[in-house]
Amino acid sequence: MRYLPLTPTDRGAMLSRIGVDTIDDLFIDVPEAARLDGPINLPPHQSEMQVERDLLAMAAQNKTASTVPFFCGAGAYKHHVPASVDHIIQRSEFLTSYTPYQPEITQGTLQYLFEFQTQVCELTGMPVANASMYDGSTATGEAVLMAHRITRKKRAVISARLHPHYRGVIDNLSDMGGFEVASPDDSVNGVEDLIALIDEDTSSVVVQYPDFFGSIRDYSTLASEVQSRGCLLIVVVPEIISLGLLKRPGDMGADIVTGEGQSLGNGLNFGGPYVGLFAAKEKYLRQMPGRLCGETVDADGKRGFVLTLSTREQHIRRDKATSNICTNSGLCSLAFTAHMTLLGGQGLRHLAELNHARAVQLADKLDSITGVEVVTPTFFNEFAIRLPAPAEQIVEALVEKSVLGGVPVSRLMPDSDMDDVLLVAATEANTEADLEIYEAALRDVLKGVSA
Amino acid sequence: MNEMTPMKQERKQTFTGHQALILEEKLIFEIGSADKSGVDLEPVPPVNTRLGDCMAPAKPDLPGLSEPEALRHFVRLSQKNHSIDAGLYPLGSCTMKHNPRLNEKMARLPGFSDIHPLQPVSTVQGALELMDELAHWLKTLTNMPAVALSPKAGAHGELCGMMAIRAAIEARGELETRRRVLVPESAHGTNPATAALLGFKVDEIPANADGRVDLAAFKDKLGDDVAAIMLTNPNTCGLFERDIIEIADALHEAGGYFYCDGANFNAIVGRVRPGDLGIDAMHINLHKTFSTPHGGGGPGSGPTVLSDRLKAFAPLPYVVAGENGFDLIELEAQSGDQPFGRMVAFHGQMGMFVRALSYMKSHGSDGLRQVAEDAVLNANYVLASLQDVMTAPFAGPCMHEALFDDGFLKGTGVETLDFAKAMIDEGYHPMTMYFPLVVHGAMLIEPTETESRDTLDLFIATLRDLVRSANAGETERFTNAPELAPRRRLDETRAARQPILRWQSAEETAQAAE
Ligand SMILES: Cc1ncc(COP(=O)(O)O)c(C=O)c1O
Repeated sequence: MRYLPLTPTDRGAMLSRIGVDTIDDLFIDVPEAARLDGPINLPPHQSEMQVERDLLAMAAQNKTASTVPFFCGAGAYKHHVPASVDHIIQRSEFLTSYTPYQPEITQGTLQYLFEFQTQVCELTGMPVANASMYDGSTATGEAVLMAHRITRKKRAVISARLHPHYRGVIDNLSDMGGFEVASPDDSVNGVEDLIALIDEDTSSVVVQYPDFFGSIRDYSTLASEVQSRGCLLIVVVPEIISLGLLKRPGDMGADIVTGEGQSLGNGLNFGGPYVGLFAAKEKYLRQMPGRLCGETVDADGKRGFVLTLSTREQHIRRDKATSNICTNSGLCSLAFTAHMTLLGGQGLRHLAELNHARAVQLADKLDSITGVEVVTPTFFNEFAIRLPAPAEQIVEALVEKSVLGGVPVSRLMPDSDMDDVLLVAATEANTEADLEIYEAALRDVLKGVSA
Repeated sequence: MNEMTPMKQERKQTFTGHQALILEEKLIFEIGSADKSGVDLEPVPPVNTRLGDCMAPAKPDLPGLSEPEALRHFVRLSQKNHSIDAGLYPLGSCTMKHNPRLNEKMARLPGFSDIHPLQPVSTVQGALELMDELAHWLKTLTNMPAVALSPKAGAHGELCGMMAIRAAIEARGELETRRRVLVPESAHGTNPATAALLGFKVDEIPANADGRVDLAAFKDKLGDDVAAIMLTNPNTCGLFERDIIEIADALHEAGGYFYCDGANFNAIVGRVRPGDLGIDAMHINLHKTFSTPHGGGGPGSGPTVLSDRLKAFAPLPYVVAGENGFDLIELEAQSGDQPFGRMVAFHGQMGMFVRALSYMKSHGSDGLRQVAEDAVLNANYVLASLQDVMTAPFAGPCMHEALFDDGFLKGTGVETLDFAKAMIDEGYHPMTMYFPLVVHGAMLIEPTETESRDTLDLFIATLRDLVRSANAGETERFTNAPELAPRRRLDETRAARQPILRWQSAEETAQAAE
């Protein structure tokens, strides 16, 4: 067994040092009724080559984003990750170390966490950011709980334009934690009156930027109205690249900003692992969930970094902690930071402009098709289109033409009367040729529909 | 090594601040520049922007680096880290075992890494098959009928299991009455934090002199207001809870549910199936038992197995196998059951699923059993080889980790923390310190099965040397340690008192001071 260094001779010698005859003697505390005599009914060990064959066979059944014109988004985006990012995160010293609880020998991890926090602050326009959460959706759930703690109120008003999975995470926490959520009825284009839903128990208002359908709104006025009613504004950013080009939520007055950092450094990975971003105003620092890395000095006066303010956390505070999170997304935040460092502010701006330009080009092309209507007036790299037939059906037909054409809204919001609405994303990974193929394929598919 | 007289020498000061291979490295913000980039992008085609009134006037104020500079920056940082690849990392409860590189290679196959979570299911059949097969392995190894794959780490799995329990209690109409969750004093902090998050009242149960749940005290606490127990097995003292079946029976009789923290499943995988012990829910840290790398604190993955009594409440989404291939149940309407809801966007940590399955298939049923046996053997070897000079609070055999307290340091002027820091100078990552809370100055050593006997022998000899040194009054070796690491002890009080949580330019700092 290639991963086990002990030889039979070692085992024998070790057992005798311990003073027992067989390995079974070390398992004597297991109740007899639960002891297994033989191996469990699962396949025996395999060579590296055979495991590779098995997994390759499974991988081969999946259509990969890089091999077809690809336009899916809805909270997970196809971007090009520089080769050096993957090299960096595969360094043994990063990949195979634990949470930096011994700062003298984990300055590598701690320094990149400090850099990560700084980058998240600058991108969101917020003064403090933590060292990551699991992903954007769980970060958003935690933000609502944090707003409850700060305001000592227990109700959240949630935009109907929040990603339905993120909404699902909050709903689940609300069912389980006994708090209420309220949302406006909304259509793709409706303007939401979130303020009207605020009542005395409301702790927070949650909005997405750009929203689930792609629209971009300035939340500055909303922020002051929300705050004047004693509530916090939580702004959720599922596509972090957008902040290369858009006003920052912090500059609009957001109290808490959560986000999904996958687009920087991390692949699609069928939904995970990703990296949750969490930033807030300084005055709320002590109510934040998760790890924080801070600067200090060592015994020689040299600058160094440590995990700090851990009296908020479960390992110190137990049932009084701000969250139960322990393991977070360490290595994914390194990928984020490495990619962001390679881009720099200028590169990120360029990347964001390229994303937006591709989306505008695509929107114009699709809008020119009879029966297709772009319904999102403003957008970054993703927009909604209305189709003359159920979107799921069109997407399946596009698969036949080797185009992954987007995410039908009905897959996430089955009861929304939006069966004919499709979310379409375009990024720097799409060439102009991809856009042309998409347009032609959709025209073709729609001919079949009307015929 | 003891023949050498330890000579106290100041480390030579250099002009650069570097010390040979230990290179000082500034922050990106001090070395990068806003007009530098390590990425070449295609030109932006001219279009009419549709950003409404939300375009930012300027680019983000973040410096960039060219590729060679960026690589050098991160490689230098990496050299300041201890890692399992470089040496023993005996952090108890954390299971720092070897991370096979085959798993990394498999997780990077485009067929797994380059697929979108919301592509049509017809285009991701292989991914769903992998999830289904992983689920099969986890259910079979635990003898449990269902598993929720979506939890993102151990603590998230705890939340999943406890949410299923809460949903089951609610379905029985007992939510108002069953408010108490019993948690042993030795439990990991995530257990009480999770119970509290769901509004339960945490009630601690004491340990007995054997380091296990005090059965009588436990039974005394049972009642019809008890929702669940959260018990770690093997427990955080590294001991198997001998009375676990009796605990489960008594709890079930009283109408409660059994949550088992499965962080230590690596000690018993292939030899004991938790389902045979009467548990109702248990998370499995794929980043411990099944070797997915810890990555400096994550990502992890915490699939949670559920009993017959809880499986109807399993969260969305989950994979089902049908006649036309695999399907993903993402909506309550598609599910014939009573899922309690959704824990996370999308479907869980696919990248970790691939690594874990690659590991399981490599070891196979026989190899996984050997994994548990070697992990337990290595820990007992350490315990047996050190218990004459260090103090073990509980009699062995232990399971996968050996627990010591600070009794052996009494009167030496050396504390657990100092002892741990001295290990750093000897080239080791310290063991887990001051956890579990039930013993004084705890030192929890988990060698794992992937350490050779030679490595353990050297480690044991080193600890014996250190104990001898502490007993000989060489306190400075400890209280000044570490002296040879990239940094000496860091001022944690200062970090907490005046938190500096991001880099700020000199102007910003000056402004803030005004
Ligand atoms: C006993 C125990 N329970 C729970 C956890 C939490 O797991 P995670 O860090 O994956 O959330 C840990 C890990 O540190 C643990 O050791």
